[in-house]
Formats: sequence, structure tokens, C-alpha cells
Amino acid sequence: MMDSPMLKLVVCVKQVPMVSELPWDSKTGTLKRNMAEGMMNPACKHALEAALEIKNSHGAHITTLSMGPPMAEEILRESLAMGADRSILLTDPRMAGADTLITSYTLAHAIAKECPDFDLILCGCQTSDSETAQVGPQLAEELDIPAVAYVKQVEIAGRRVRMQRESDDFLETLEMDMPGLITVSTAGYPPRYVSLCGLQLAFEAGDIVRRSMDDIGLESADVGMQASPTRILDVYSSIARKKNIVLKGTPKKSVETLFDQFGDKLSGVMAKDLKTHDHDRNDDDREDE
Amino acid sequence: MTEKMNKPGQRICVFGDYRNYFQNRVTLQLLARARELAPAIGAEVCAVVFGSQVSEYVCEYIAHGAQTVYVADDPVLKDYCVETYLFLAEHLIRQYRPDIFLIGATDFGREFAPRVAKRLKTGLTADCIGLEINADGLLVQTAPSFGGNLIATIITPEKRPQMATVRPGTFKELPHNDAAAGRIVSIPVPSDLPIPRVRLVHSERKPPREQRIEDAGIVICGGRGMGSRTKFKKLFEMARLMGAEVGATRPVVHSHWADHDCLVGQAGKNIHPRILFSLGVSGAIQHTAAIHDADLIIAINKNPNAAMMKMADVAIVADAGQFCSAMIRELKNRIRE
Ligand SMILES: Cc1cc2nc3c(=O)[nH]c(=O)nc-3n(C[C@H](O)[C@H](O)[C@H](O)COP(=O)(O)OP(=O)(O)OC[C@H]3O[C@@H](n4cnc5c(N)ncnc54)[C@H](O)[C@@H]3O)c2cc1C
Ligand SMILES: Nc1ncnc2c1ncn2[C@@H]1O[C@H](COP(=O)(O)O)[C@@H](O)[C@H]1O
Repeated sequence: MMDSPMLKLVVCVKQVPMVSELPWDSKTGTLKRNMAEGMMNPACKHALEAALEIKNSHGAHITTLSMGPPMAEEILRESLAMGADRSILLTDPRMAGADTLITSYTLAHAIAKECPDFDLILCGCQTSDSETAQVGPQLAEELDIPAVAYVKQVEIAGRRVRMQRESDDFLETLEMDMPGLITVSTAGYPPRYVSLCGLQLAFEAGDIVRRSMDDIGLESADVGMQASPTRILDVYSSIARKKNIVLKGTPKKSVETLFDQFGDKLSGVMAKDLKTHDHDRNDDDREDE
Repeated sequence: MTEKMNKPGQRICVFGDYRNYFQNRVTLQLLARARELAPAIGAEVCAVVFGSQVSEYVCEYIAHGAQTVYVADDPVLKDYCVETYLFLAEHLIRQYRPDIFLIGATDFGREFAPRVAKRLKTGLTADCIGLEINADGLLVQTAPSFGGNLIATIITPEKRPQMATVRPGTFKELPHNDAAAGRIVSIPVPSDLPIPRVRLVHSERKPPREQRIEDAGIVICGGRGMGSRTKFKKLFEMARLMGAEVGATRPVVHSHWADHDCLVGQAGKNIHPRILFSLGVSGAIQHTAAIHDADLIIAINKNPNAAMMKMADVAIVADAGQFCSAMIRELKNRIRE
């Protein structure tokens, strides 16, 4: 056997609110984020599980990295309980409000500073709150390393990484050399269960390394909302957006109204061409609003 | 040329994602929407096509509304390769400076677009379900988050291009027009194209399997209010016409009007349809908790006060069986084959 140095893995994890219990203000449509209970983003957990399996079979040192408020420390402790070796929390109020371009920029800086000799970075394929699936691929661009998204299975042989994934109805096998980055889908690597006792131990033991913007050599102008190219104009709850049009009358009449108002939408999703109006219909009952 | 370089805002580019052309018409849908948005900013609508022997797609995009098609056609572009396509896209955008670049939210699109945005240091909104131009001529992008529970509107005020990936089925394609004329601009493929660092070892199309209710764009859910097994069966005919899948509530499954496979809810499956029809369903939480992300909910119930009717975009007060029959007739009338 080759005497190769131990693999260095970095797993990016994010704390997200527990969606099933979202406390939001239905009037303003804003989320009371401070009231939401946090959990480790599901796809990040699969990514961590993939890293842990690599550690089991090859031996590896795993660093988990999260950017977020101080409360995100919880998921880092959980990652230690699952088997990670070191955890870094990037926390700084000036980093808040970053979009994916700036999040990936900030994470890249932290990685370059804290674990420059990484072999493989693992991200979740997407988060359940922002749902962008952008941070992983953008982090790879920032670090200028090869990357593959939506990975279901990963094997390592020497410096080579072989990955299986599904993409747009294709089953693909891909290869790259380390260092590289993968985003892990939730189709593989069901995360291990951590006992309460394990969690408790992690809370008592393992230290979380905290880093601010200054620690990783970034300036205010580079991070957070002000550096982000996108702006959120408005956020509202989709329930409040529901039009709730009520239609009464004969089923035939309702069906016709439905097609008149939503024909484009139906046709788009069905991917079929629909006639815009029914030729057997009288002209006089067409425009009745 | 210099004038064009100095004055961005003259092009909306749409990425030609043709790999699953017949299942996924998102490129055509984006071209149609781009044509609607273009007049507000005086833009030309362009498609961007990379591949090998792709002239049929070029013609198809012109027939569906592209005024110009930028095409790089070369045997080295045979496989969809993120890194190669990135290289070409970056150069194309730096040269032609489109104001807006739209990409279908396919798996490929969602892997490719963020990296294009990163290289150009611009913003990108993921998986949009709406695009508008506002009074300032900016692209207003509507995107869901938190499993569709929250909707955000997002702009990219300064950086260009403004980029969005858009969910398939959001817009309606234009009818095929053979007479449409378009300009074709050939993009040279440099001989020193960087060698991709990710190698495709093997790729095969997944065996065509039946659509699963979890992935269906349209789901038609029937509840106890369908009245009988025979009437419930009509939902399958409606679903066939729409390319939809049929779901059911627990009482329906317990009465053996439908298989357990169809059960939607806490004890069954989670669904994410774009459009949900819900017929004769009361809307109990154990059922509705499994419905995520539907852009359009159409409920049919005798009782206008049923919970399902309250959470619908369109609440139709009618007999569920009769509505289903009327729907089947109307669909047969309207679908152009
Ligand atoms: C632990 C637990 C788990 C459960 N899990 C699930 C689950 O996974 N999935 C699930 O579906 N349920 C589940 N249930 C059951 C759930 O609580 C409801 O009882 C069930 O969803 C109701 O089904 P329904 O709407 O079809 O029937 P009903 O509640 O009986 O509603 C029938 C509706 O049809 C309307 N109607 C009647 N006649 C007509 C007509 N002619 N035309 C139009 N409308 C008509 C009525 O106004 C009514 O609104 C669960 C319950 C429990 C306790
Ligand atoms: N604030 C963050 N801290 C650490 N990792 C993150 C953060 N945001 C996103 N990521 C990583 O990027 C993945 C995709 O996130 P997103 O682009 O937001 O859907 C996540 O699963 C994480 O692995």
C-alpha cells in the first residue's frame, strides 16, 4: 500500500429553518427568522455522510465549515457528533445578507486561509431555504477547481475521484483529479443517526473555531449585502398570493372560464398546443367580464 | 460594432438546452417570454447553441421566435460539457454583452448558470417562476423559496447580464412558424479550447420509466367527493389527456377506488406539481401538508367553505364528477395534435 498523506475533506454546511414549522407573519409574508428553529440543511447532511464514508474507507480528516449567525454553532456541534474532526464557524454581522456570489467568495477565502491543502470539498446540492443550488458550483469557480453537481455516489482511487449522478434523464459516470468539489444530492448517502448521548458529548467537548471577516482577510466592501449584485425587492408568502377566484355556475361554464384565464399556463405545463377558444361556442358568451 | 459594445440592453439571450428536447421545451418557452419582454427595452431576442450538428435546433429556435442564433457547431462540442460550454459562454457574453441571459432550470442549466454568473461576477436568480421588466427597464425575477412557501422578487440593478434560470413550464411557447426569418451567427471554436478537467466516462439515457406522481407537473387529486369508483376512474382519462398523474386521499384508497401508490399525504407521497387539480377533497392537513410548491391550485367542491377551496387559486363550486366530464370534453376539443 502506498503511504499517502491523509485525505483532507471540507464539508460546507448551512443551518436552515425547520420548514414544517415556519413561523411567518401571514399578513406581511415575512418570516420570523429569529423564531424559527434551526437544523442542518438536509442535503448538507448527505454531503457530510459521504465524507464520513470516505473517512471510514480511506482515512480522512474532515473539516466542517459554516457561515452564519452564532446560533449556527449547533449544526457544527452536530457535525462533530456525526464524526467530523474540526469545525469552523464564520460569523460576522457584516457578512449578513450575502447572495450566492458573495457567499461563495467568502467561503472560498475561509477555505484558502484555514484549509488551503484540501483534497475534496463537499457541499449539499441545495439548501431548503434559499433553494438556489448555486453556492457549490460558484465556490468551485472561485477556487478554480473541477466540480460536479448532484453526485449520488463517489469513489476515490489515488488522486482520482469517480462519481455517479443523474442529470436530466441521463445516468452519468464522471472522473476528475483532486483537488475538486462535489455537490451531493439527497439520492445517496442517507445520513447516520446521532444518539442524544453523542450529541451531548459533542456539546461538552469539541471546540468550534470562530472566524470573523478580519480573520480571513476580507474587508467590509467585499462581503455581505452591499457586495452582492442581486437585490431582494420583496418577499411574500405564497398563500397570500393565491388569487382565490371563486367560480360558480354550470361545470361547462367553469371549465371554459378556466381555459380562458389559465389556458397559457395549462398549455405550458402540459407542453401541448391548446386552441384559445372553443369554436362551437357562441360569440356572445365569450367576453362576459 | 462599437456602438453595440457601448450600449448594452439590446439583447436578450436564451441558452439553447436541446438535450432533452422532446420532454423539455423550456428553451422555446423562454424564447416566447423573451419576445414579450424585448420591446420594453428595445432588445433583440437571441438563442445560443453549442453542440455538434445542431442545425435542426437552430432552425427550430428561429421558428419559435429567436431573431438571431449564435451557434458554435463542432464535433468537440458533442457532449454536454460544463467546462467547455462555460468557456464559450463567457467569451460570447463578453463580446456581445447581452442585457439579459436566460437559462432553463434543467439539471444542466442549474449547474452551468451559476458558474457563468460567477465568471462574469453578476447576479443570478434560481428557478424563477416569473419574469417582468419594470419601469426602470430592469428584469424583475420571481423565485420561490422555502419549498414554495415564500416567494421573492429579485433584481440585479447594476451588474450585467441579468441572469435567471427559469423553471420549465412557466411560460408558453410560440407556435412553430416556418416562415420566421432569423440571423445565424457562427461562433468560432478556438483550437486551444481548454481540456475539461472533468471527464465523462460513461453516459446513458435512463430507461424510460413511467412518470411518478412525485415528479409530475400536473397532479389530479380525487377525494371522497368523487362519489364512486366509476366516477373516480374518469380522473384517469382527464390525466391521460393532460399528461398528468392521479393522486388520491385516504378514504379513496381505503375504498379501493385507487391504489395505495396514489395516496398523497402524511401516510403517502409528497408531491410538487406546477398545477394541482383537487376534486372532492376536503383539505385535511394530513393531506395538504404533502403538497409543495404548486403554482396553481384548482379545487372543485360542492362546499365553497371546504379548506381545500380556501387554499386554491381557483375554487370551483360544482359537482366533482360533472366537472371532470366537462373537463374531458373541453380538453378533447382544444388539444391540437
Ligand atoms: C394519522 C393520520 C394520517 C393520515 N394520513 C393521510 C394521508 O396521508 N392522506 C390523506 O389523504 N389523508 C390522510 N389522513 C386522513 C385525513 O385526515 C382526511 O380524513 C382525508 O384526507 C379526507 O379525505 P377526503 O378529502 O377525500 O374526504 P372528506 O373529508 O370526506 O371530504 C370529501 C369532500 O368532498 C366534497 N364533496 C362531496 N360530494 C361532492 C360532490 N358530488 N362534488 C364535489 N365535492 C363533493 C365534500 O364537500 C368534502 O369537502 C390521515 C389521518 C390521520 C389521523
Ligand atoms: N452560509 C453557508 N455556509 C456554508 N455552506 C453553505 C452556505 N450557504 C450555502 N452553502 C453550501 O452550498 C450548498 C448549496 O446552497 P444553495 O446554493 O444556497 O442552495 C449548501 O448545501 C452548502 O453546502
